[in-house]
Amino acid sequence: MTLALPATAIVSKLEAELSGSIVESSDNTITVKDEFLFKVASFLRTTPGLDFDYLNFVTAVDYQAYFEVIYNLISLEHNHGLIMKTRCNNREKPELPSVISLWRGADFQEREIYDLFGIVFTGHPNLKRIFLWEGFKGYPLRKDFKQ
Amino acid sequence: MVLKTEKFMINAGPQHPSTHGVFRMRFTLDGEVIQDVELVFGYLHRGIEKLAEGLTYTQDIVFTDRLDYLASMTNNQAYVVSVEKLAGIQVPERAEYIRVIMSELMRISSHLMAVGFLLNDLGAFLTPLLYMYREREKILDLFDMVCGQRLTYNYMRIGGLSQDIPEEFLPALKKFIDSLPRFIDEYDQLLAQNEIMLVRTKNVGILSRESAINNSTAGPVLRGSGVKWDIRKADPYSVYDRFNFEVPIGNIGDIYDRYRVRIEEMLQSISILKQAIEQLPQGEIQAKVPRSFRPPKGEAYGHIEGPKGELGFYLVSDGSVNPYRLHIRPPSLLNLTVLRELLIGVKIADAMAIFGSIDICVGEVDR
Repeated sequence: MTLALPATAIVSKLEAELSGSIVESSDNTITVKDEFLFKVASFLRTTPGLDFDYLNFVTAVDYQAYFEVIYNLISLEHNHGLIMKTRCNNREKPELPSVISLWRGADFQEREIYDLFGIVFTGHPNLKRIFLWEGFKGYPLRKDFKQ
Repeated sequence: MVLKTEKFMINAGPQHPSTHGVFRMRFTLDGEVIQDVELVFGYLHRGIEKLAEGLTYTQDIVFTDRLDYLASMTNNQAYVVSVEKLAGIQVPERAEYIRVIMSELMRISSHLMAVGFLLNDLGAFLTPLLYMYREREKILDLFDMVCGQRLTYNYMRIGGLSQDIPEEFLPALKKFIDSLPRFIDEYDQLLAQNEIMLVRTKNVGILSRESAINNSTAGPVLRGSGVKWDIRKADPYSVYDRFNFEVPIGNIGDIYDRYRVRIEEMLQSISILKQAIEQLPQGEIQAKVPRSFRPPKGEAYGHIEGPKGELGFYLVSDGSVNPYRLHIRPPSLLNLTVLRELLIGVKIADAMAIFGSIDICVGEVDR
């Protein structure tokens, strides 16, 4: 059974390695500061014992005050999972580092978030609209989108 | 004399017999060899995730039918499983068993289509596909009996099912699963020993284990590359922990392995169906759910093993009757991530075979 890895165990490891990176944590969820996102992600990907080798999905939610981007990480080897979140406060110019160099599976999903939420993933090799056409005005999944 | 050569572009799709819907690939070719390929999506984008935010939780079930329209029952199930997780609803046992029966039938039906279309793409034009359609038709008849629909079932409800199975369903199902293994065997013998089929599928489109994991592939594509990962085993939902079944995997991850995995999975599904019929309890089929359903504030991710891979719904509730956010984890889209890597450097003639072996449904890719 996929174990929800208790976040407390990871939080203490992360605090030792990258202090100040965690905003909050609950059962199986950690929320990390956006400037630490890539470092935390590569730590989770490469640390023996954690080995999150599989990026299950990436998505975003518009909470109006901020965007939340959610990464569901899984280790196929140990059969455990974790939800990593990060917040993007700048509504005008939301930006996050791309995790495509860690997990190729992020490719289309980051493009989808860019397409529908307008969050820019820096370092993505081919960041352009995926479902809507170039020239489409606005980002439909934002709560303030008007047709 | 030196001949002048130049690269050229060729378009496959959006209207193309092998793209299984409106999907487009732009190849850059050097002679017959693919140099690069760009995948173009969005021809079937209906904005289902956005539409879902304006409808109630129950109304959204209808939209899930229209995602992967070759596997609507499993879409229904993935969605209701997620909502039940969000609201903490316990589903009656009989309903869980009937859901398993429907999902496994759907898996067989979807794999029949996958294998049939793969052969179509390989050049065995229509004949094998129509045999697959013949068997699938029997499954659709069973679904028709249960809910009156052949493709868009809208059969499952939050906390249960829309209706119980009719009296004539179980005898018809038993008759079907008795006849199916013989058909699959016969068909497999015809193909698995066919010289042309073997030459075109063995050692073609090899997807390594590492690449399959790194590209977030799921389902038969992941398992074809030798990764034993099946949500029914890894994180058992519904009543899957009560059945005995194997998770078939491939060796090297070529087209043939993916084909093989699908054939074996159909046989495993038949075994699950037999066990489910035997264990099927009597009782209620619907838990008590208020008419104006408002799950508590919070979020949940529920997932199942769909025919094409892990299908999941990430739901955020603000306590109202509409979901605040609904995200679909689409196996078809994520399995396509690896396609570019698989296609670069191969001959154009193999492109459609490799593409067909991934088995996508554009309704789920574009949503």
